[in-house]
Amino acid sequence: MGELGSMFTDPLMQRALVAALLVGVSAPVVGTYLVQRRLALLGDGIGHVALTGVALGWLVGAGLGLVPNDVLAIPGAVVAAVVGSVLIEVVRRRGRTSGDLALAIMFYGGIAGGVLIIGIAGGSSGNLMAYLFGSISTVTSTDLILTVVLCALILLVGVGLRPALFSVSHDEEFAISSGLPVWALNMAVAVLAALTVTVAMRVVGLLLVSALMIVPVAIGQLVTHSFRRTMAVGSVVGVVVCVVGLSITYWYPVSPGALIVVLAIAVYAVVAGFHPLLTRRRPARDPHPDIPDDVEVEVAATTTSTEGVCER
Amino acid sequence: MTTPVIDAQGVHVHLGASHVLRGVDLRVDTGEVVALLGANGSGKSTLVRTVVGVLPPSRGTVSLLGHPLGNGVPWHRIGYVPQRVSAAAGVPSTAAEVVASGLLHGRRLALPRGWRHLVREALDQVGLADRADDATSQLSGGQQQRVLIARALVREPEVLVLDEPVAGVDRASQEAFAATMTRLADSGLTVLVVVHELGELAGLVTRAVVLRHGVVVHDGAPPRARAAHDIPEHDHVHPHTSELPLQTAEVGLGDGPLGTGPTEVNP
Repeated sequence: MGELGSMFTDPLMQRALVAALLVGVSAPVVGTYLVQRRLALLGDGIGHVALTGVALGWLVGAGLGLVPNDVLAIPGAVVAAVVGSVLIEVVRRRGRTSGDLALAIMFYGGIAGGVLIIGIAGGSSGNLMAYLFGSISTVTSTDLILTVVLCALILLVGVGLRPALFSVSHDEEFAISSGLPVWALNMAVAVLAALTVTVAMRVVGLLLVSALMIVPVAIGQLVTHSFRRTMAVGSVVGVVVCVVGLSITYWYPVSPGALIVVLAIAVYAVVAGFHPLLTRRRPARDPHPDIPDDVEVEVAATTTSTEGVCER
Repeated sequence: MTTPVIDAQGVHVHLGASHVLRGVDLRVDTGEVVALLGANGSGKSTLVRTVVGVLPPSRGTVSLLGHPLGNGVPWHRIGYVPQRVSAAAGVPSTAAEVVASGLLHGRRLALPRGWRHLVREALDQVGLADRADDATSQLSGGQQQRVLIARALVREPEVLVLDEPVAGVDRASQEAFAATMTRLADSGLTVLVVVHELGELAGLVTRAVVLRHGVVVHDGAPPRARAAHDIPEHDHVHPHTSELPLQTAEVGLGDGPLGTGPTEVNP
């Protein structure tokens, strides 16, 4: 218990826990929209581009002689991620089929650009590791303020505009015919995804960012039928795995980001494993609508098969 | 003379390289129930999608309720029921959630007060009040179509634009649909409906517009269907469902083996 107390009094750990908590809540909120639009891999694409942003920030910082020279890395990541996600949205809108191709090019360009530019900036690809795999233990007070502000924005828009964002993600054609500002709402989702990637970068790293957005949502949709509840379950799972994962690393020296993602996938596996048992226990209800048939069927032929179904 | 509810003039639409609509005029006045008929590929769906602003016309103008397409249109007075039943998306959603999205329009991005009550009423109108909290993916094709109709009705529109609302729906649902439409038309709703054949709606339709190759070839009294098209045994084969023979067979099940009746061939 004393150890647990020391974890909560350690200022380094306090900042890390707050960041993990906020990211755990927000990432699945945005992830729900991405899964809904079948853009589950968008987060990965943005993450790769954000790496180039990190390196560019580094380059500019070094050029201006700022100390430390990675002070512009996170702002660089934010800018690159937003530009990248907006570009993807524009490509998705213009060309209907080239969306995944554009995403693929973003993947390669992001990583290659990042490694190339960090070399020019006088760093090594080793400097990028902290961004690729997360470095939550080095969260400074300034980082934390940025995380709080961005997470508040993500939650405000992601939850506050849920009906409108749902409408656009669910049936874009109907949303257009309702006169909704579809373009702006699509852009809002893209920018939210970009901001989420950059805040989650500190916790789980750019390579695993998408997992935190997608896996809790995958768990949520296993246990509920509703969009709203999928989002809520996703957020709860996100918070639990982030906080539990981070706490474990206080005692065991393993990578927090990797542990959090492994925990989330373990929860998914367990829930998916138990899912058939849970659904079988529910009271059976005849799923067929109670309306007359179009066809005439001999009565004798149907009774036996209906009984067979009822037995189970 | 009153302002037409729908007024399309000289509308041309290109989809990619194909010139789908070639100068279509369509006018619908208050209280009319207009059926838009034509063979597959004649441009019916393209025309209604242009009318509700989904597709931009390459030439010509479209006005809704006296306003040219754009931000000035009072979107809350228009209800659109798209053709395809939205395939199960990545995240499940309940019937109530889908219907609630019909309450958003124009610059209204948040649900109004009492939205639950409005949603339940709309679902009740299509006979699905008890399925409000079920996932739409668990509903049958006909029920999903009724959810989309409820989504259009929930904002209490003055105009309803429906794209093949009864395609692939069993006859009982078609009758229920016709009863709902009769009730709505009696209450003064203006309707533009795309159908393959008038069927159950025959008594309701006040005017028919027939498209062929992207041009209006008939505008007036509902035409008689080509011989054998109006008999119940007629078995339609839809190009977009032909790879799913079960769905097509659903309508004509029990009418004899597929292919024995006259079969419509896409020109």
